[in-house]
Amino acid sequence: MLAVNFLILAAVLFSIGVFGVIARRNAVMVLMSVELVLNSVMLNLVAFSQITDSIDGQLFALFVIAIAAAEVGVGLAMVLMVYRNRRSIALDELSEMKG
Amino acid sequence: MGVNTIPSGWFLENAWLIALIPAIGFAAIIAFGKKLPMKGSEIGLASITASLVISVGAAVQWIQRTNFVDETTEGYVEPVIKTWTWWQSGGVEFGLGQHIDGLAVLLLLLVAFISLLVQIFSLEYLRGDRRYTHFFAALTLFSSGMLVMVLAENMVQIILGWELMGLCSFLLIGHWWEDGANSRAALKAFFTVRVGDVGLLVGTAIVFFGAHQWAVDNLDSHGFSVQAISAWALSGDASSSALLWGSVALFIAAIGKSGQFPLHTWLPDAMAGPTPVSSLLHSSTMVVAGVFLVARLYPLFWEGLSIGPGAINLIAIIGVITLIVAALLAFVQNDIKKVLAYSTVSQLGYMMLGLGTGAWLPAVFHIFTHAFFKCALFLCAGSVSHSGSHHSFDMKKDMGGLARKMPITAGTWIISTLALAGIFPLSGFFSKDEIIANVGYNGYNLFMWLAFLGAFMTAAYMARATYLTFFGTPRGAAAGEHHDEHHGDDAHGDDAHGDDAHGDDAHADAHAEHHGSHGPHESGPLILVPIVVLTFLASIAGFTNAVPFGENFEILKRYVEPRAEVVAIEDTRLTIAGGPGQSVGSLAPQAKYDDACGFAAPPEGTVCLFPAVSHAPFKWSKGFLALGIVGAGLVSSWLFSVALYTRRDRRLVGLTERFAPARWGYQFLWNKYYLDHLYEKVIVRAVAYPIAASAYWFNQKVLDRIVDTAGTSTRQAGEFVYRNIDQTLVDGAVNASGFVASETGHALQPVQSGKVNQYGALLFGAAAVAAIVLVIINV
Repeated sequence: MLAVNFLILAAVLFSIGVFGVIARRNAVMVLMSVELVLNSVMLNLVAFSQITDSIDGQLFALFVIAIAAAEVGVGLAMVLMVYRNRRSIALDELSEMKG
Repeated sequence: MGVNTIPSGWFLENAWLIALIPAIGFAAIIAFGKKLPMKGSEIGLASITASLVISVGAAVQWIQRTNFVDETTEGYVEPVIKTWTWWQSGGVEFGLGQHIDGLAVLLLLLVAFISLLVQIFSLEYLRGDRRYTHFFAALTLFSSGMLVMVLAENMVQIILGWELMGLCSFLLIGHWWEDGANSRAALKAFFTVRVGDVGLLVGTAIVFFGAHQWAVDNLDSHGFSVQAISAWALSGDASSSALLWGSVALFIAAIGKSGQFPLHTWLPDAMAGPTPVSSLLHSSTMVVAGVFLVARLYPLFWEGLSIGPGAINLIAIIGVITLIVAALLAFVQNDIKKVLAYSTVSQLGYMMLGLGTGAWLPAVFHIFTHAFFKCALFLCAGSVSHSGSHHSFDMKKDMGGLARKMPITAGTWIISTLALAGIFPLSGFFSKDEIIANVGYNGYNLFMWLAFLGAFMTAAYMARATYLTFFGTPRGAAAGEHHDEHHGDDAHGDDAHGDDAHGDDAHADAHAEHHGSHGPHESGPLILVPIVVLTFLASIAGFTNAVPFGENFEILKRYVEPRAEVVAIEDTRLTIAGGPGQSVGSLAPQAKYDDACGFAAPPEGTVCLFPAVSHAPFKWSKGFLALGIVGAGLVSSWLFSVALYTRRDRRLVGLTERFAPARWGYQFLWNKYYLDHLYEKVIVRAVAYPIAASAYWFNQKVLDRIVDTAGTSTRQAGEFVYRNIDQTLVDGAVNASGFVASETGHALQPVQSGKVNQYGALLFGAAAVAAIVLVIINV
């Protein structure tokens, strides 16, 4: 079952990504983990596209790639600004949003 | 059927513009008159001039139309009727439109012309007045209102114009309202006329309910249309009680508006307004609105009050009482404008007497001539006060001997006076004598002799006023005295003339003298030109219907008086139901039938639109009698005035103190027959005070009790609600929800750590929970 392997790979990638988002202090590493999560989802889309023999999923994956690029662009810009203001990109020091 | 054989023409078809243009002018003056170089007066002058031009065009085309009819059919000259729907209610259309016939054309011309001259006069007379712009706005609106009424195609339009005039009369009498007397006079005029206006509404309603069904059945018209009402009244199908009460109610309106006894008391008080107002509204145009109403709906009054058979009727009685009573009052007035005001009332009495006795044409003719000479006399009085008597109108205190200082004013005054008195060949001779001759010819002999008595008195009081103003020894301001106490209480004198707004070069010299010495002098050209024009017309206007000179001079009879011909209904229906803004068709000539309109019902399928009024042939014997009476009045009054006021004859001076009957008579007249006392002290008190007292009692004991009880119980209910519902229930719910929200917030506060990683963990945790739920549900 080829498709199941794709899905398992996607689940593993997703878990690594989630772990990275939760456990990493470095903002750049968190961003990269978010990318991993996105990529796992894309892998799912392509896999289901293969299973259902439809082009829709692959098309959707192209959109996700574009959005991921934009998201990383915005994220890196924010990280850059945070670094300029604080000379640090450690996320646990950024707690101004504490309620 | 020979449609469009009767020539019409642009001016006749568009005569409604005559009333519309001044209305637009009024709006323009109000909107931006103050910013213009002449403070808005130029708009007033321009709009009235435009109206006058169209009126002249309409008159010319009306004459062509009548000539055409005379050459071809010698029948009824069809009026040019148009109507536009204004609003609808209950299936009845209320229209605005025009009903152009000879009467309308005559009055359009008259009103537009006199309005123009009076506005020219006002340019100088009110120069520098603080409400100059508003004065011209109100004058222009007045002209529009009067023209709307003259044009009126239906009763609703008549009411519209009528009320507009009433409003402008109020505004203009109270023009200098800072002086309490002026605003009181304005209120008195408004309310007194209002009493009569009730009659207009009631009468319109009665006539509508009487005529509507007939008009719908026979003419495809409605019960407001002037033409339908005329046809209904003469059809013989009309209910006599509707005719009687409708005409009485409408005549009450005419009593109020035209200053007839016993509602004439407002007119002399209305002299508180500026002199141009008195001359335009309260002598020549507005006060003839009542006469016009009767003349316009003449068939209704003809049938309703049995004028045709020669009955002694309400209109004739009121007319003759008015003419005598007002003429007597004119003898005891010291204010020159009040003499003229009572004279106006008296002349209006002549007009009503004429209408009441079947002399339709002479009455309308008298409207025409009276407008010229009375307007001229008022403007002369204005000229005297403006330049001769230092803004005073008191003949005994501030006038006398002005003829030498103001020759033009004096000359025009004297000519106009002779025209009013009725000296051959001035206009009053023809119009007044025609009324008197027709009154006698129609069998009202007593009224004829009373009218002769009125002519005598007219000549006498005018001779007295002329003597006091222009002859004898100068007194007060006329003698050049400058008395401050007078200056003080005549506040508007300062307003109108106190500042240096006299920019006109033509008057610079005159006004330098005016301000220097305050002595009497002749007025400037802007004042004199209208007076001279009017006086000229007052001299020659009589020849428009000079019966003594035969048919060729009876112009008004030919062009103004509607023909008493029967008209086929089919043609009339076309005319009346011409649709929005259309006027259609001509009237086919009908075979003459034996009984004249107004005396017998017209044959089946035809209508009458005007009764066959009679015309007295002129008799030189009566003419000479009238001249003799007038001459005697002039001479005796003149001699009496010379003896009393200049020679101070011992037998005459103080006669009213020494001789009891004379004193009583004088007192009676001086107090104006105690009518004002009757109205203000008796009627108003008797009606108003008990009503006021009972209303007060009712207010205090009943209404207040109810209100108090309602208030108390409401308060108690309110307190109950406050304690139990508001405080406990509503507030409880609100507080509880707030409390819960607050506590929840506090409980959840730690979640908001500010740490991105925790947020991410929450996000993915929630997503995982949602995924598990999804899986469970789907499996």
